[in-house]
Order: sequence, then C-alpha cells, then structure tokens
Amino acid sequence: MSAGDRRSVAAGHTRPAAQIAAAVRAGELSASTVIEDHLERIAQHEADVHAFNLVMADAARARAGQIDRLVANGTDPGPLAGVPVALKDLLCTRGVPTTCSSRILAGWLPPYDATVVRRLHDAGAVFVGKTNMDEFAMGSSTEHSAFGPTHNPHDLSRVPGGSSGGSAAAVAAGFSTVALGTDTGGSIRQPASLCGVVGAKPTYGLVSRYGLVAFASSLDQVGPFAANVADAALVLDVISGYDEFDSTSLPGAHPSAASLVGREPDGLRVGVIAELAGAEGIAPDVAARLREAADALSASGARVAEISVPSVRYGLSAYYLVAPAEASSNLARYDGVRYGLRVPGDDITEMYMATRAAGFGAEVKRRIMLGTYALSAGYYDAYYGKAQKVRTLIIRDFEEAYRSCDVLLSPTSPTTAFELGSKTSDPITMYLSDVCTISSNLAGHPAISVPFGTGDDGLPVGIQVLAPALGEPVMFQVAAALEAAAPQSAPGGAR
Amino acid sequence: MAQRISKNEVAHVARLARLALSEEELERYTTQLATVLEHAADIASLDIEGVPPTAHPFPLVNVLREDVPRPCLGRDEVLSQAPEVEADRFRIPRILGEAP
Repeated sequence: MSAGDRRSVAAGHTRPAAQIAAAVRAGELSASTVIEDHLERIAQHEADVHAFNLVMADAARARAGQIDRLVANGTDPGPLAGVPVALKDLLCTRGVPTTCSSRILAGWLPPYDATVVRRLHDAGAVFVGKTNMDEFAMGSSTEHSAFGPTHNPHDLSRVPGGSSGGSAAAVAAGFSTVALGTDTGGSIRQPASLCGVVGAKPTYGLVSRYGLVAFASSLDQVGPFAANVADAALVLDVISGYDEFDSTSLPGAHPSAASLVGREPDGLRVGVIAELAGAEGIAPDVAARLREAADALSASGARVAEISVPSVRYGLSAYYLVAPAEASSNLARYDGVRYGLRVPGDDITEMYMATRAAGFGAEVKRRIMLGTYALSAGYYDAYYGKAQKVRTLIIRDFEEAYRSCDVLLSPTSPTTAFELGSKTSDPITMYLSDVCTISSNLAGHPAISVPFGTGDDGLPVGIQVLAPALGEPVMFQVAAALEAAAPQSAPGGAR
Repeated sequence: MAQRISKNEVAHVARLARLALSEEELERYTTQLATVLEHAADIASLDIEGVPPTAHPFPLVNVLREDVPRPCLGRDEVLSQAPEVEADRFRIPRILGEAP
C-alpha cells in the first residue's frame, strides 16, 4: 500500500452485537457463519489496515463451533453468544502472545487470562485477535508500535488515533463486532472519535485491571468499542463488577450501563464545558459539530447551558507528569530477568541497561525519562507533587459542575484523523490530541465518545459525554440520544 | 521552578531509569524533556499550597483478604517464560562489582 492511499475500507452497516447474540442464542444464526464473515473481511482488508498484531483465526473458528454445539445442546452460551471480539494486545490471554506492541515482550506467553477476557469468554464471546496499539499504550496515533502503524479505515493515509487504534480500526473496518481497549488519558475515546465508532472509558474501579499490563495504574481503565451505543453498554455490563484480584476494584453493586439507553434525555441538565468548546486548537468544524450536538439534545428536551470547569486547562500538564511518573515505576519490571527480552551484559546493571535500551521504543523511553525526572530528588514537589494537587482541583471543579449538571459535553478530539507521520517528530503536538479526554482520567470519572457527523474533510467527528463517578446509566442515555440525532453519513463513511 | 534541564542531568536520569542511551538519544531527550517541562511550567508556578494531593481517584485503603493459602501459578509454567533458568531458579549475570 502506498503512503498516499486515501481509500476507505470502513464497513457499512454492520449487524449489532445484541442482534448477533440474540440470533445465535435462538439457534437462528450460527456463530461459525458470523466468524467466517468477519475473517473474510480481515482477509480482504487487514493488509491495508494492520489492526492486528495477531489474528486468531483457528482459535476463533474452534470457539465459534463450540458456541454452536452449546446452543444445539440446549445450553445458553451467554449474552455475547457468538459475538466476535478483538482484544487490545495488552490484555493477558493465557498461552496467546501479548506484546503491548513492544519488542521487550515479543514472544511472551501470559500464564493467565485477564479478568475481562475471562468474563467475555464466559459470556459466549469469540476472540478474533489481539490488536495493535502504541507501545505500552503510550501515544495518540498507534504509530508508536514496534510492529508498524495501524491505518484509519476511513482514509488509509490517516492515523486511527491511539493508543487503542487497532481496536478502533478493527470495529470500524468490520473485522470484529466489538473490541476492548484501555484508556489512560483518552486511549479509547480519541481513537473511537477518529475511526467513527463508539468508545467508552468507565468509572475508575468499575472494570477489573487484573491481567491488564499496567501503564499508569491510578488512571488505566478497560472499556468497550462498538459500532453503536447499546452494544458498548452491553459489553461494559459483561466486563464490569467487583474483582477480588484487583485491589482498586470498586466493591458493591452498580447500576447497569444499559439501564437508561433509549429513554429520552427530557429534563436532563447538560453542561457544555466552556474551556473545551472553542479552546485554542479545537478545529472550527469540530466546534461546529459540538454546537449541533448541544442543539440536538436541547431539541430532545434536555436543558443545555455552557459551564466553566476552569482547572481542566491544567489537565494536560498534570497528566504528562502523573502518567509518566507511574509508568516509570510500572515499567521497571521489564528487566530481562523473569520474562521477555534479555540482552546479555557482563554484570546485571549492564544487562538491565542493554535490555531496556533494545526493548523499548522512543516514546516509551521518553516517558520513562520524564517520569523518572519528575520523581527524582529535588523535583518531586515542583512537578509530581504539584500535579497531584492539580488533580484535586480538577475533581473539585467537576464536583461543582455536577451540582448543576447531570452530564457534561465536549469534543472528544480537537481535530479529525490526522495524516500518518504528521505529529511523530514533536511530542507536545501529539500530546495535545488528548486535551479534551485527560481530565476524566485524572478525576476517575466515566466518559464516552459518540460519532456525530463529519469534519470538512469528510472524516468522522466524535462528541464526548462526561458523567460523575458511577454515572454510566445517564452517560449512556445521553450518548444514545446523540447517536439517534447524529447526521447520517453514507455507508462506509462520507468519503 | 521549571528550569532548563542539562545533558548531564538527562544522563543521570537515564542511569536511574537503567536505560543505556546513545549520544544522539541524550541530545534528543535533553531538548524534548525541556519542552515538556516548559509546558508543565503552568502548573509548577501555581500557588496551591493548601490543596491536598490526590494519588488515586477513590479512597480505597487497606484492601485485605483472609490470610489463607490458595493455589497459585505453577513453577514450571512461570519459569518457562524466563530468558535463562538454572536449577528451578531465574539465572542472572553477576551482581557484584556492578557499575553505580
């Protein structure tokens, strides 16, 4: 494929996960047929998109056959019966390579499944493959992968966003019905926006992180990608819930994310975040879609007003101290001793240094350096300590906003999908892609990106709905209302 | 507060992080870290003395379970992923006489 290839290979209307599962459970559709359709699309377009680090064709066929036998024997496989799911390649899958798109984990076979993987399996899902990502989830374009970039299915010359770009692209291209990603600063929502699909970051602690390879432990959450809001809620309801293997898992019951989907947003109070509505760097076409989204909610009976959340303007700076600091600590485990790559050295320090130099890519090294610096003696208070205090300010400002609002609204990404290679040389420019999404992670709150029309370039625009902690029901309700009101684009995108 | 970072400091940080960097990488990271830290100057200069820090979104503390033995991963399975193994243990290069 040439670099200037602007073709779209996006899937048109695809069968929703809920319909697939219902038909498979009823014995009206075989899981084997469903998986063959998806493997066929992969055979046609994966060479152009590169959504996957690994396509699990044989395992997927075997699993689909198993689902069909269960149904034939009168056993219900579960709420995701026969639904093809793609997994971001930092979710542990027992005996199946899990690379985090890093050379340092090439060849590693996890000895256990992540809790989310087990829950999907137990719900009848069929795993299609492991998706490409920015190395260790550090990036906003999936170009920082040791195995080469993923291409945006709507325009192969553009990035899919990141870090979960492979998962977003897999859903957009029809390679899988739904997918899992992880979101530390926007890594589900931003690629969902750029690829024209739905992507949700749940409340921190709602979904187990057991078996998720850690980047920034106080920010990381697993969440769903889907072609529609109801499917995203369905997947979230399967993967969420307390897990004793994750000490940050929220105990107790929580309401279903799908519980209010389909109900009109009548009377709900929606606040458009002033600082992100027309901020510097927000493209005019994206700002215009945001206004239209606000108007659409207003027309459905919501009370929409602009609201100030002043400290979100410090979110980016705080994030790029907190996340690298946690990453520098988490990634200390890649030392060539217990698993993964080892480059020999005369003594153990040489071995450490050579292994890490050869195993990590440029962006990962940059973040480790930044985090180590921010945590080092003499700078801790000025950088990491300050960033933690800013986190408190952001939480307080959100709490204040949620006194007068049920949900908040902003763009997901400042722009539509950008050209491959256009931001890789300047880290700050790349980091600015996350300006609208980062504050939700710092606060631990949920947020979702919903496709809403296209930009001047014909590429998808996403609108972000933010909610307070455990506000998933109202968040998905408003997201579904936006989806229903969104301008219809031609099948396969507007291009 | 936000001060320029020197190449020597970057080399020191690289040693702390156990990263062997080439001369070219040292130069590049010196420039790039300075740029990112310059961007962070907006919060480094904030006067937020009395604000408590947030390390974590929710105040879950001391999450404990009953101290009862339960099955864990098998030794062979774990060691099967190690770069080098000897006598059921991880084998590593010598640790004495190491560089600072």
